[in-house]
Amino acid sequence: MQCAIEFENLNVCVIVPAYNEEENIVSVLQDIHNANENYTIVVIDDGSVDSTAKIAAKEKIAKIISLPCNLGIGGAVETGFKYAYENNFDIAIQFDGDGQHIAAEIEKLLEPIVKNEADAVIGSRFLHKNQQGFRSTFMRRIGIKIFEIICRIFIGQRISDCTSGFRAYNKKAIEMLANNYPTDFPEPETVILLKKNYFRIMEIAVEMRERIYGSSSIGNLKSIYYMVKVILSMSMAKSRLSLKTRRENG
Amino acid sequence: MDKIQIYSIVGSLLFLFFILSLIKKRKLKEEYSILWLFVVSILLMFSVFRPILEIFADLVGIYYAPTALLLFLIIGVVAILIHYSVIISKLSEQNKVLIQEIALLKHKLSEQKK
Repeated sequence: MQCAIEFENLNVCVIVPAYNEEENIVSVLQDIHNANENYTIVVIDDGSVDSTAKIAAKEKIAKIISLPCNLGIGGAVETGFKYAYENNFDIAIQFDGDGQHIAAEIEKLLEPIVKNEADAVIGSRFLHKNQQGFRSTFMRRIGIKIFEIICRIFIGQRISDCTSGFRAYNKKAIEMLANNYPTDFPEPETVILLKKNYFRIMEIAVEMRERIYGSSSIGNLKSIYYMVKVILSMSMAKSRLSLKTRRENG
Repeated sequence: MDKIQIYSIVGSLLFLFFILSLIKKRKLKEEYSILWLFVVSILLMFSVFRPILEIFADLVGIYYAPTALLLFLIIGVVAILIHYSVIISKLSEQNKVLIQEIALLKHKLSEQKK
């Protein structure tokens, strides 16, 4: 990869939310560590009932923050942003604990932020010209397409993979998200929230793997509820005033 | 005075005292009791002054006046339920922040111990 940027001097925090991921977590952590030893890896163990936290701690390459109760992905990732904000990190990477993201591609997401071309970068499965890697099931792709249309209407930008949990944020975005990250099914809503608050969003093509162990957090029965809830949240995020305006109005 | 009027006055009063006693025993906070007190006082008012209820029922086109009482009751109950949903949302938000803070603090503590 041709990258003229010094990644070594950057203070990068990789946030790994994990809920009952004891089979996947070790390989995920090693993957990130091998990609760049300077990344600070923070595992947010979202009240797992298995030994995710214990196994992750044994590797000694990551910091483990264990939530005493299960908060769901949004609350877990938000904890990571809080950590990144408190510890003054320049960039936060959101990286799923289930092994579907590829750590070597973190650099791709970092690049636009380092070059100050974007405040938030989303890794998208759907930008490759010759489609490769895991691209989810047909039904999910339809859902993602619907989100793409909603995004286009709401923020006037094409976001091809709204639900991607592989993202990079700069300091300004970390600060905002540390206290305003949506609670459940947060990814599509965050896109609207960011744009509404004048953050620059960019998408970068990445590949994703199909998860090896365990099942995804969204089952078939939940998917209708998921769509309704996410579309409602996106609309509400759109209809709210920006945080700055809200502060000014008291 | 009709039988039903006596029953409804007595019932409303008992309800009112029940709410007040809960507040007195600190089992119900004042801020969460206001909607209940409001609903009870309206019921009581209609029980005592029946003509008000009949005038109101007439005004909105309800033929059988006591039905208006039920309408008020339902509106009151719905208002209280929505009030609860708002409170639950607030509580779950505060709960989330607390869980996050505890996790971050515990982490900080264990880092310092090392």
